[in-house]
Amino acid sequence: MKGLLRVEQKLKFNNTKAGIYKSKITYIKNHYPLYLLIMPAVILTIIFRYIPMYGVVLAFKDFSYAKGILGSEWVGFKYFKQFMTSPNFGVIFMNTLKLSVYGLILGFPAPIILAIMLNQVRRARIKKTIQLILYAPNFISVVIVVGMLFLLLSPTGPINKIITLFSDHPIYFMSDPKYFRSVYILSGIWQGAGWSSIIYIAALAGVDTQLYDAARIDGATLLQRIRHIDLPTIKPVIVISLILAIGGIMGIGFEKAYLMQKGMNLSVSEIIPTYVYKVGLLAANYSFGAAVGLFNTVINLILLILANSIAKRVNEGYGLY
Amino acid sequence: MNIEYTKTDKIILTINYFLLFIIVLSILFPLIYVLIGSFMEPSALVNKGISFDINDYTIEGYRRILSYKPITRGFLNSFFYSTAFSIITVVVCIAAGYSLSVDDLVGRKFFMILFLITMFLSGGLIPTYLLIKNLGMLNTAWAIIIPGAVNVWNIILSRTFFKGLPAELTEAAEIDGASDWIIFFKIAIPLSKPIIFVLALYAFVGQWNAYFDAMIYLDDSKLHPLQLVLRSLLIQNEVRPEMILDRQVMAELSKMAEIMKYASIVVASLPLLVMYPFFEKYFEKGVLVGSLK
Repeated sequence: MKGLLRVEQKLKFNNTKAGIYKSKITYIKNHYPLYLLIMPAVILTIIFRYIPMYGVVLAFKDFSYAKGILGSEWVGFKYFKQFMTSPNFGVIFMNTLKLSVYGLILGFPAPIILAIMLNQVRRARIKKTIQLILYAPNFISVVIVVGMLFLLLSPTGPINKIITLFSDHPIYFMSDPKYFRSVYILSGIWQGAGWSSIIYIAALAGVDTQLYDAARIDGATLLQRIRHIDLPTIKPVIVISLILAIGGIMGIGFEKAYLMQKGMNLSVSEIIPTYVYKVGLLAANYSFGAAVGLFNTVINLILLILANSIAKRVNEGYGLY
Repeated sequence: MNIEYTKTDKIILTINYFLLFIIVLSILFPLIYVLIGSFMEPSALVNKGISFDINDYTIEGYRRILSYKPITRGFLNSFFYSTAFSIITVVVCIAAGYSLSVDDLVGRKFFMILFLITMFLSGGLIPTYLLIKNLGMLNTAWAIIIPGAVNVWNIILSRTFFKGLPAELTEAAEIDGASDWIIFFKIAIPLSKPIIFVLALYAFVGQWNAYFDAMIYLDDSKLHPLQLVLRSLLIQNEVRPEMILDRQVMAELSKMAEIMKYASIVVASLPLLVMYPFFEKYFEKGVLVGSLK
């Protein structure tokens, strides 16, 4: 009796499962246009995102054109070892890390401070005008920004005109390794801080003004209102942006560093992405390049996961995922 | 808003205004310097700096830059790449975003994960390059406008947008027997002009300002977008022979190259800088919708 019941239950279960399956099929049949709409994106994603992911096996192989990616011989971690034992490794790794960590430390608070400062501007017209100016550099290309750096910071440029008023020698900002990071990071703030402040400004605009009034009646000063109303309001936004920023530490952009590289500042300006480009692509050491690239991706992923789990702890359970 | 300020508050506010003023100046200074510099004789600019002597001014830089073939060609190429790229991105991402916004779509989760994974994992430079090469897309415009066309961020943005549309609209249409095609083209698309506009603007500006893909995929200088031309002019200090229109000595040449730098910066960045204040609210919208997820 019991057995029969079980069989019956099983049958029933199977039926419903088949039913669900069937209804899924009919859904897809009835709504095929929805699938046609999503197909271009799916196909392009598979071709241009997933196939290269598979291509990463290249890093574990001795790539030769004649044999292709599939036919090339497996060499295991040969290229990873080669990279990590090469004398360049320490320098390039630290360059990458320093450039982005310093960039994060200086660059991350800038838009937050800017947003809080702007939030104190009560006249809408003035605020709007300042915002328009602050956002503008975001629309200038990185090539032009670096080109402007070369013009402004050249030994005969305007900045050095001022410097030579006080000292005998101009400063070679663009070729002296000492200044590479500062120039890179400060120009990055010049270009990006205004634009990045948008999300904080929006979050601050959402603060209930009654809170300010109530705080005012309770005798809170301006700084106290910022400390106890503004900052807590934008805290979730700050945390999410911070996780993303930390996850992107090793993903530091290739484009600007490559443009700012000169023979003389290579000792600090050579970072992993530029190295991959030069050794992997220009010199056609595809397997080696892929190995270095993969090394970078893995570190990035670990950082992102770490940052997210820490953030969840401090942000009352709210992380990226 | 009737917030009264105490005396110390007022001092802080004054300092705040002052600092903002300094920040605004430091944003504007490089731009204004380059703008004025572009109208000046290069030797005067190097020796005297910005001067207000009318004799130091010239429009020679602009004359040169506008007759410099690679720049005009770069302009046309960039315009073509940016336009084509934004059209493809918008079509692909809006369609996918709409599909994903339908709640009972079978396989929705699968598609979402398929897209989201690509935000965190990538094959990297070398495997992507080899793929483009194997597809025969090297040295063609396709390499610029196709691989980056699917943008997960854009898909999420448009999905969020479509989800925000009133459900009654599509429900009513469904009851009236409208097919998915009709609902998409006759109801969803006409309502989605703002998001289409936002995505197209972002794609256009992003492509206009990019140089990396073009650098690795395009060898032929005839195909080069504006940014690559600017790179050789501004950063690599390359002056191609065709630039010299008449016979000139080397000194004259390097002087010309210097003045062309300023003029080229102005010519190349002016279109976006002039255009952007009009579209600013759309750009801002893009950032904000994205941050809400």
